[in-house]
Amino acid sequence: MLEIKNLHVKLEEEDKVILKGVDLTVEAGKVHAIMGPNGSGKSTLSYVLAGRDGYEVTDGSASLLGADILDMEPEERAAEGLFLAFQYPVEIPGVGNMTFLRTAVNAQRKARGEAELTAGEFLKVVREKAKSLKIDAEMLKRPVNVGFSGGEKKRNEILQMAMLEPKMCILDETDSGLDVDAMKLVSDGVNALRDEGRAFLVITHYQRLLDHIKPDVVHIMADGRIVKTGGPELAMEVEQNGYADILAEVA
Amino acid sequence: MVSVKAKKLAPTDGMLSRHPAAPAASGWADAARASARDRLAAVGAPQRRDEYWSFTNPARLVSDQPMAAKPLAAQDTPVFGETDALVLTFVDGVFDPAQSDDLAGEGLEIQTLSDALGTDIHWAKDLFGVLEEKGQTPVPRELAMLNTATATQGFVVRATQPVTRPVRFDYIQTSDTSDAVIRSLVKVDAGATLTLLESGTVAARCNTVMEVDIADGGELHHVRVQGRAHDRQVFTAMFARLGRESVYKSFTLAMNGVLSRNEQVVEFTGDDATAHVAGTCVGQGDFHHDDTVFVTHDAVNCESRQVFKKVLKSGATGVFQGKILVKKGAQKTDGYQISQGLLLDDEVNFLAKPELEIYADDVICSHGSTSGGLDATGLFYLLSRGVPREAATNMLVIAFMDEAVQEIADEKLADEMRTHIAGWLDRHSAG
Repeated sequence: MLEIKNLHVKLEEEDKVILKGVDLTVEAGKVHAIMGPNGSGKSTLSYVLAGRDGYEVTDGSASLLGADILDMEPEERAAEGLFLAFQYPVEIPGVGNMTFLRTAVNAQRKARGEAELTAGEFLKVVREKAKSLKIDAEMLKRPVNVGFSGGEKKRNEILQMAMLEPKMCILDETDSGLDVDAMKLVSDGVNALRDEGRAFLVITHYQRLLDHIKPDVVHIMADGRIVKTGGPELAMEVEQNGYADILAEVA
Repeated sequence: MVSVKAKKLAPTDGMLSRHPAAPAASGWADAARASARDRLAAVGAPQRRDEYWSFTNPARLVSDQPMAAKPLAAQDTPVFGETDALVLTFVDGVFDPAQSDDLAGEGLEIQTLSDALGTDIHWAKDLFGVLEEKGQTPVPRELAMLNTATATQGFVVRATQPVTRPVRFDYIQTSDTSDAVIRSLVKVDAGATLTLLESGTVAARCNTVMEVDIADGGELHHVRVQGRAHDRQVFTAMFARLGRESVYKSFTLAMNGVLSRNEQVVEFTGDDATAHVAGTCVGQGDFHHDDTVFVTHDAVNCESRQVFKKVLKSGATGVFQGKILVKKGAQKTDGYQISQGLLLDDEVNFLAKPELEIYADDVICSHGSTSGGLDATGLFYLLSRGVPREAATNMLVIAFMDEAVQEIADEKLADEMRTHIAGWLDRHSAG
């Protein structure tokens, strides 16, 4: 599904290298988690994959279902099936959540040569998916993320994911700012989307999110590289001993 | 050696003679007009070298003839079409009773300006040319003097109780050389409320002035959309006097316009009152839009807000000149002012002159002015959802303008403004 080879990335504005040779393969149907200390390059990896400005790829490649994505615009990557759930979802005053969602869904369908959803069809689907995430009609009507609590914003991210039906979902610290109940709701939303044809890359500091979204593979990232890969037990080890032991071991 | 040069006055004869002399009215109205004529002759026409005209060239507003401006066909979705209102229609700046509702409404007294100036309505007498003249200090507003001296069109509106059905002025332009002068007087009685809506291109050139008097506990909500005809030349001025615990909220949306100057002169005379003056505009090419606001706090515990957001593209110019004057004794004043330019490329100008002048020691006043491009994080967020770049840009423009739209108290009217902004952006984003 997602194949990253020897990825080197620096900041465009300054001579700071963030990713120093990332190798990662995520297979369809699997959930991979990336953990690591602050500043290890986890969020940068998610931004570079989604196509945010300000980064320069100096070496390596990244492909989604065989297509090289690094030369694509962010909206093209989205249409190819990539989705990034933001750590800090952006507020867009004056633009209704529904209008935004429908624009995104139909633009992607159009880019893929599929028929656009009519207002009626869209409404039916969105209501059904919103219900399972406990997003009411009022929240759908409100401007995008404006006045939403931390939990509501993250639920809204998952609703977008459910509506856009991406192939490759990247979750960037989706657990930050969530209380226990909200984390369960969000995780249930993610788990409902787990599917043979879909893969997840879950970026997190803490093991607790991985109690709800159970990963198949766990990677530890440090100083711009993936330094250790293992099963779910690796996340437990981090939770108990912190990163120090692992980092000392691979140094 | 010190040399003192007197300001060379720009002649005003052309400005005054281009409009037919107003027919004789009551003695008091004639006296007000004569006074305005004399005051105008004494200060001269506005010139580029005047401090408050340095960002906007007044030449096209004072020239003998307006620049020709092509009228546009009627809009598919009429502005304010969703809101039931008492409609008063002007064609090229002249009231057209055939396209208007009867001059009557629950809690309303309405007359044409010429009828009112021919009779002895004491409140009109206390308003006509009075707020305008008071608003000339410390900054002269010559075009408002011209309006007092020459206007024969307009309405005199009084709300005597809370009025639920808004009064709406529809302006239709049919002639490409029309040169309109319109003057309205609005009085909101104690405890009364009124919503006043305005929309449409008035004329090739227009000079529209309103004097507003809001008595204790009264509320005036003013929402206006300034028409789409790009070549129009617009001068407007609102003079508002606020009594105790009164509310004045004025919002202006402008899309297109080669020259628009909107002045707001607001004075708090009673304690605990609120004034929100807001506006947002979007334009490209030779678009030039100027908001000049002067708020005077002369009472205790009043709140004023100025919120102006300008979206500028390929050559457009946005101007904001805003002042908060807090007089001695106007304690507990809460004054706020923000002006922001969204610069969609490098060819545009946003010129802002925020001013605070404070003579009381127990006040909160703040002002800010920013200019910048689209929010990069917001753009990335939308693109990453697959929203095409053009649509994403439009959504961020709407988001930027929305801070001004949110100043409209009525949610339905605010939503209508959002619809019109989105429609304009859709029509103008291709190419």
